[in-house]
Amino acid sequence: MAAILSFFADFPIELFFIQTLNGIVTGMILALIASGLTLIFGIMDVVNFAHGELFMLGAYVGVIVLSTTGSFWLALLLAALLVGIFGAAMQIVTLRPLLGRDPLTTILATFGMSLILQNYALWQFGPVARKINEPYTGHFNLFYLEYPWYRLMIAGLSAAIIGGFWLFLKHGKFGIWIRATMQDRVMAQAMGIPVPLVHTVAFAIGAAMAAASGVLFGPLVGVNHTMGLDWVLKAFIVVVVGGMGNLGGSIAAAIFISLLEAYASIWVSPAQAVIVSFVVLIFTLLFRPTGLFVPTPK
Amino acid sequence: MTKRDTTIYWTGFGVVMALLIVAPLVLPPFWSRFVTEILIWGLLAMSSDVLIGYTGMVSFGHSAFFGLGMYGAAAALLMVAPPNLLLALLFGLTASAAVSAFVAYFSTRLRDIYFAITTLIFSQIFYVIIFTWTEVTGGENGLSFRRPAFGIPGLWTTPFTPETLHWFVLAVVAGSYLILRRIMRSPFGMVLQSIRENEPRTRAIGYAVERYKIVAVMLSGLFAGLSGVLYAIQNRFAAPDFVFFIISGDAVIFNVMGGIGTLVGPIVGAATFLLLREGLGRLFGDQFPYLIPLGFIFIAIIIFMPQGLLGFMRRWLNK
Repeated sequence: MAAILSFFADFPIELFFIQTLNGIVTGMILALIASGLTLIFGIMDVVNFAHGELFMLGAYVGVIVLSTTGSFWLALLLAALLVGIFGAAMQIVTLRPLLGRDPLTTILATFGMSLILQNYALWQFGPVARKINEPYTGHFNLFYLEYPWYRLMIAGLSAAIIGGFWLFLKHGKFGIWIRATMQDRVMAQAMGIPVPLVHTVAFAIGAAMAAASGVLFGPLVGVNHTMGLDWVLKAFIVVVVGGMGNLGGSIAAAIFISLLEAYASIWVSPAQAVIVSFVVLIFTLLFRPTGLFVPTPK
Repeated sequence: MTKRDTTIYWTGFGVVMALLIVAPLVLPPFWSRFVTEILIWGLLAMSSDVLIGYTGMVSFGHSAFFGLGMYGAAAALLMVAPPNLLLALLFGLTASAAVSAFVAYFSTRLRDIYFAITTLIFSQIFYVIIFTWTEVTGGENGLSFRRPAFGIPGLWTTPFTPETLHWFVLAVVAGSYLILRRIMRSPFGMVLQSIRENEPRTRAIGYAVERYKIVAVMLSGLFAGLSGVLYAIQNRFAAPDFVFFIISGDAVIFNVMGGIGTLVGPIVGAATFLLLREGLGRLFGDQFPYLIPLGFIFIAIIIFMPQGLLGFMRRWLNK
């Protein structure tokens, strides 16, 4: 009892609020990555191992465009566009021939792609981290910290992109095709929906979202060739915890897990805080293998 | 297997063994060490073939078993004053068996992609633990130790030379191959293959599929741990890099390249991969990103040659 009381007496309430904010910001980035991953999984049963590398590639395109034009917004736009086109090409070359085979072969193929992209980045850009400058450098006071506005901007922009994507899925003609293909590939084909095209475009959209989050996240950590690895693992956890192929679940899970990790790193080092999300994943798999944030299957 | 097939099989086995036995005597030191290393990686890939090729579960977590075998051996070699080979084997195998029992219990509840992701996450958990627990594991720097002597402690020992180390590794790998082959041809192995072909039907016939899967993962983890022990003995260090999932990815690549479900295929895959890597490094210099062409070859094999290099022999090797 005394131990519990002293725990609450020593509770770092200010740090707790700061970490809540940090958790939400990383959660929104993670949600942006994970919604691309879950879209790709939901529509074609492909676990895209190379998703982290698309994120990294987007950040590098951002670095290049930013250093030549100086405009962050142009960098964001071009990164999403170019990586989106690259994603479409990648889907056509490596994944289209595997359609209809065991889904496990697609993990292997995208794993091969991730090796190629990661080593290409190392070869092309070297091991030194590059920097993306924040487009807006203002701060505001948060307890004893100068909290950068840019972090809040990231959260807002991610939310806007996800919101736009959701509207597109809900109301756009192509979005409706995507949802139809998700529900029943064969039936969608029978209704005259060009399913292979839908697959390619969905993959391109997922890749573009990953690239956009790479550019948004770049200013916080610096860009290097291994940055994709950590994030793809986290995004996998999020996608499984949120329920594979479930967009809303993924977003909820991304914020949930990022908050937990942020709180855990009040007491342990960030490297060890990762274990919290692993534990969440294991418990999810044990007790609700269909995902935490989905209705109980009947 | 007809009598003629048996003769051909064992003749082939004998020829390959003979070549591998004389390898360290005729090859220059670099290449003989290279062959030893191929055998060790081949054993890791072979252990993962039990899951990929025979049970139909792709594990992305074999680095955990491999790494724990390594660190188990390291613990034995650092704690006991004259480093003891048998103790290193015992510790390494116990560590990897314990870990694989733990991983197997949780991950076998899931199938297909979920199994692959869970094993991947588990191996990352062990990576994080080993990486951050600096007092015990040496953290990022890992542990280095002396190589134990070969022989029966107390009766007769002799220090390892590169040749005896090669023969020791060869004996362990060949023994593991024969044991795994025997197991995969036993009724137990047949049940695993039937799980691969049709899991619901296997369950309907009345086999406790979950129990078989757990045993398969443990068996696979045990032999992965054995390869970890061998690697630790050969290189005299244990490092967290070998628990990172890149190693698991390598094991999967070796399997796909060589041909899954053959047990020898993974060794051929490891040899192909490592030889290509070495060859590309020599042609274009050390800075050359050899994984780019290897990655393309890997994807091409998945698309055009899903059975791998030895796929054409698969049926025959399993007769």
